[in-house]
Amino acid sequence: MKARTDVLVDVQGLVKVQGRLPALRGVDLQLGRGAFVALLGPNGSGKSTLLRLLAGLARPDAGSIRIGGWQLPDELAAVRPHVGYVGHETLLYAHLGARENLRFCARLYALDEPEPRIDDMLRRVGLERRAQEPVRHFSRGMQQRLAIARALLIDPALLLLDEPFDGLDSEGREMLLHLLHSGRERSILMATHRHSLAEGLADRALFLRQGLVAGELSLADHVPGALAARQAELTESP
Amino acid sequence: MLRNFLRAALTIAGKDLRAELRSRELLGLMALFALLAILVFSFALELDRPGRQDAVNGVLWVTLLFASILGHNRSAALEREHGGFDALLLAPVARGAIFAGKLLANALFTLIIALLLLPLLTVLYNLPQFPPALLLIVPSGCLGLAAIGTLLAAITVQTRARDSLLPVLLLPVALPLLVTALRASNAALGNLPEAELQTWILLLLLVDLIYLAAGFLLFETVLES
Repeated sequence: MKARTDVLVDVQGLVKVQGRLPALRGVDLQLGRGAFVALLGPNGSGKSTLLRLLAGLARPDAGSIRIGGWQLPDELAAVRPHVGYVGHETLLYAHLGARENLRFCARLYALDEPEPRIDDMLRRVGLERRAQEPVRHFSRGMQQRLAIARALLIDPALLLLDEPFDGLDSEGREMLLHLLHSGRERSILMATHRHSLAEGLADRALFLRQGLVAGELSLADHVPGALAARQAELTESP
Repeated sequence: MLRNFLRAALTIAGKDLRAELRSRELLGLMALFALLAILVFSFALELDRPGRQDAVNGVLWVTLLFASILGHNRSAALEREHGGFDALLLAPVARGAIFAGKLLANALFTLIIALLLLPLLTVLYNLPQFPPALLLIVPSGCLGLAAIGTLLAAITVQTRARDSLLPVLLLPVALPLLVTALRASNAALGNLPEAELQTWILLLLLVDLIYLAAGFLLFETVLES
């Protein structure tokens, strides 16, 4: 990263228009190094759009994004090696095997000696025995596990997760919780509808509503139900 | 820099080839279409022996053009499935390398179909001989088709009318390539004065260069728009 500051992600006045409607209407956000922030909000509030902008998959119409001191989109090339992304789609190739998908990713990111890391990731997501099997034979949950392995393979400083628990069974959820807990040195921004998971994982929750940050809540005290109460409060406010 | 570019392009092309080896979806579709097309042309034209020799070039290039449209559509659709384009965009590789990788694989697929067609056309259309100049003309034509097809398929795959839009865009844009490839092949087969052969081959290579330049310049904008 360019500059060693405590803030890894600094977003100011971010605007994104999709079609004729504004998906984001001036979002401000700061994410510290090692911080875990849950992004909450109803459908269409702009969570996925914000994550895609931070991943460099879309360009903002106004506002500023700095990641690790680099300005997006001008210095996107420098940021890309440090950002992992799990989106609505798995970013996998159906005709390739699980190992081949990870190997392809490792080659694109020019990882040094990737095979031990690929073995480790396959083991951690419980796919080591099906490593050679084409991804098209995998269930939705297994594909999601591999998508998570793909994002973590590059050991990103910033991990962007868009509903990462979707499609996972209870075992898969445990696996992902373990993976997210074990990588606390990285910064994570996770869009989710699951309050209980957000309360268990995140340090802070950010509520998006109609393309704006409507409020936030510290989760350091782990008060069960606090998120739902705060969201209800924000929804009822004009 | 160049080493990284080539490594990324070869990685992407290798991925497409490996996926095709597993599925045989794309080449199978293109080959079946090409075979049916030359059979249909053979029956529909009902030409005598000299007429067949005159028509063989048109049959070859029109069949290759339409087979490549099928191939480009399918290749882009496979990349789009499960967000493959996003996976490429997230990676720290030059956007030009993504274009080069897709182009290499698509050119190879089109060339394989051309190599399958040439012996069949030689038999079906009574070609007296196989001119060596075709060994330069056919790969050059395939490269040009792949260059413009890869670029346009990346545009059309993002639209709802992706299956029908690619031919509508590609056919007029590929016309200069089709004309120069046809003329060069005609000259190679002795249907035009031999002095024209070199000129048409040079023009074909120039069209290739223009398509390649357009692809490298516009692919990033197309993918990120």
